[in-house]
Amino acid sequence: MSRRARLAIFAPALVGFAALLVWGVAGLPHFGHYRGPYGHVVNRIVIPERHVSNAVNATTYDIRGFDTMGEEFILFAAVTGVVLLLRGSGRTRAEKDDVVRSDVVRAAGAVAPAVVVLVGLWVAAFGFVTPGGGFQGGVAVAGGAAVLFVTLGYRAWSRLGNESILDPLEGLGAGGYVVVGVAALASGLPFLTNIFGFGVAGTLRSGGSAELLNWAAAIEVAAANLILMTEFVEQYLVRGRS
Amino acid sequence: MIQATLLALVALGAPAVVLTRDPLRMAVVNGLYGLVLVLLFVALAAPDVALSMLVVSCIAYPLVLLIAISRSRS
Repeated sequence: MSRRARLAIFAPALVGFAALLVWGVAGLPHFGHYRGPYGHVVNRIVIPERHVSNAVNATTYDIRGFDTMGEEFILFAAVTGVVLLLRGSGRTRAEKDDVVRSDVVRAAGAVAPAVVVLVGLWVAAFGFVTPGGGFQGGVAVAGGAAVLFVTLGYRAWSRLGNESILDPLEGLGAGGYVVVGVAALASGLPFLTNIFGFGVAGTLRSGGSAELLNWAAAIEVAAANLILMTEFVEQYLVRGRS
Repeated sequence: MIQATLLALVALGAPAVVLTRDPLRMAVVNGLYGLVLVLLFVALAAPDVALSMLVVSCIAYPLVLLIAISRSRS
């Protein structure tokens, strides 16, 4: 298609979308003037009824914990699909290691993953006190492990990034979430009812069983991201090179 | 003032991502653009959204992009 024809299609579309965008944004409530009822309800009840000072995670892992379970299994199913597609039967492991020679990069590679993983664990752990939570912390932990691959090479990383470690961890994360829900059923309450006591607001022991759900999500998300990394790296980088 | 500056940077950053032609550079520019968005969310008092944006735009997405780029070049 010629440049002119593309522009002729693009220009009206641009004007149309710009008009829609301006119309939509102009109709938004002013900043800080939230209109829905639920936010106010949640803000009012999370500390007295849930002993959680981060309303976002009280919503995610307690008030709508069932939705979060669905989201977790979306990720689980997506990763399972990638594994089914990419994890071949006759996989060849890398013959030679791609050695990183720069001392500076190797030194950073020894320190940076520890720092990133620690930050990730901290973000996950304090999810019910300050902003953060299992999802964000889990991705950060996986990112820290990915730095190992970039800075120390494939062999150092593959001790952690292999399916015999990651697959059980992912199952533990996804299954653990359901187990916490079933524990409530077993004690005669609705699925995923918060049964372990709410703890003390503003401490790591707040949130009750939502805190367990938070850690299950952290494990699931970290393992899922690392499995994705493993499959992509082994399929495309290592195999393509050897 | 901070919010206006960050909004302006976001407005500059989005076209910068689109106008970068080299995929590898685009991955880096896109990461920086994500970081500006993260700062904007912090300035707008939405730290939870900022953290989610941070891990997605600065860790997960660039990793997938870099692997895809490396694949297309080998």
